[in-house]
Amino acid sequence: MTYALEISNLAKTYKGGFQALKGINLTVKQGDFFALLGPNGAGKSTSIGVITSLVNKTQGQVKVHGYDIDTDLEKAKSFIGLVPQEFNFNQFEPLMNILINQAGYYGVSRKVAIERAEKYLKQLELWDKRDVAARTLSGGMKRRLMIARALMHEPKMLILDEPTAGVDIEVRRSMWEFLRELNKEGITIILTTHYLEEAEMLCRNIAIIDGGEIVENTSMKSLLAQLDIETFVLDLVRQDKEISLNNIEHRMIDDHTLEVDLSKKQSLNQVFEQLTKQGVDVLSMRNKSNRLEALFVNLISKKEPNKKSTIVEG
Amino acid sequence: MNYSIALKSILNKEIQRFMRIWVQTLVPPAITISLYFVIFGSLIGSRIGEMGGFDYMSFIVPGLIMMSVITNSYSNVASSFFSAKWQRNVEEMLVAPVPNWVIVAGYVGGGMARGILVGLIVTLVSLLFVDIQIHNIWVIIATVSLTSATFALGGLINAIFAGSFDDISIIPTFVLTPLTYLGGVFYSISLLPDFWQGVSQVNPIVYMVNAFRYGFLGISDVSITTAFVVIGFFIIILFTIAMTLISKGIGLRS
Repeated sequence: MTYALEISNLAKTYKGGFQALKGINLTVKQGDFFALLGPNGAGKSTSIGVITSLVNKTQGQVKVHGYDIDTDLEKAKSFIGLVPQEFNFNQFEPLMNILINQAGYYGVSRKVAIERAEKYLKQLELWDKRDVAARTLSGGMKRRLMIARALMHEPKMLILDEPTAGVDIEVRRSMWEFLRELNKEGITIILTTHYLEEAEMLCRNIAIIDGGEIVENTSMKSLLAQLDIETFVLDLVRQDKEISLNNIEHRMIDDHTLEVDLSKKQSLNQVFEQLTKQGVDVLSMRNKSNRLEALFVNLISKKEPNKKSTIVEG
Repeated sequence: MNYSIALKSILNKEIQRFMRIWVQTLVPPAITISLYFVIFGSLIGSRIGEMGGFDYMSFIVPGLIMMSVITNSYSNVASSFFSAKWQRNVEEMLVAPVPNWVIVAGYVGGGMARGILVGLIVTLVSLLFVDIQIHNIWVIIATVSLTSATFALGGLINAIFAGSFDDISIIPTFVLTPLTYLGGVFYSISLLPDFWQGVSQVNPIVYMVNAFRYGFLGISDVSITTAFVVIGFFIIILFTIAMTLISKGIGLRS
């Protein structure tokens, strides 16, 4: 089977000796929606840089749709669409020019490029802005412009490095929907994000990278299955009396907030049954933290026991 | 892949860039050259008399056109490529399957387009001051094309190495301007003492200005064949350097 991406023993040491990647191995299947997660400085952007030939590797092999970037770089590049973390378009150029020129770099004729630019600008709600300079766009619009630009040559694999950073929730959700549609059309999507909810909602497979090494590479389902205990926060009608739940770890945070820890074998029904018996009314309920976040922090802190940070960045 | 579309896209982008800011790119050379014509041509030139058998105004016109071509070809590529590095939009080309020679050719083509367009504007302005004669149109076309290509390549190399906007003004200020002024734009090098005539022989701009002047007036301080050999030599050397730097990703890839 030809993978969309195959990385073997990839290492990168920057001038000055910093080892950003320490021989990573990774495969991404065609049509996958894949998350590459890791804390700040873990090596995610370096990996993407090597795949897209913006960073020279020190050793190892990278194949895109079976084409080695050492021997068939141009062919390999033609499969990739990149949405980088930083805005990297000419801020003074109008949107249409940016898109048409980008398509041209991939050999797409002007006529076809104009049709595609119209299609993607409309889909990404930027059509009204087609003739304005890119610098006048809002942050969210700039991110969508970079997605449109990455699609102009209709790549088979789309790599998005923090695509929704700084984007409001409404736009973020419409971007998720757009990415899901692209994935349904068969485009392989590789995503780095520091919104773990985003990775959990969108991605089927996941790799977690830390300190230049892959610390986990599995399906999202099996990763979430590793979670032994899940904590729920219940908002209650104000309570004066003490609440007792048999065989369920729990604690009152204040007089109207209850936290319960449930293992895989326990159900929420048990909690509600006992609360009902005690005449406690539950107004609402939520997860204490994102499930993936709990696992992520666990995996990272296993590797670096002294690291307490729960901030996940690109 | 069809590289001609990629090349055309880079060229389009480059031409659109300097046309979009025409007040900064096309108007200043016309004003500067008009001042040269007024001061050196009309006011001072009338007291200098003839040079090389022509009145001073006619003598300096080819040199002034060439000076505009040189500075504009150079600065167009230097500022555009550095700006692409600075805004990181150079990555648009680096991630695409565009061969390095297409990137070099696209930027050099953009520099040549601006240099030659400014040369045409300056030529039109000069018609207000002097009647231009043409001795050999092919020598004019060949010299202006090759010279603009040479300095566009120079501007590209400058931009590749530049780490700040200051770095793209150092070479024009400290190297290009002195070489141009000492390149026989305003005088015939035969007027110089032997030693300085010898020194002038290593200034490539002397060959460019004289070949260009030959195209208009039919006079030159150097052999035209030698001039084309020298220009050709510089193009090959600078193209090789530019290709090597981009292939290695100097200043572009980490």
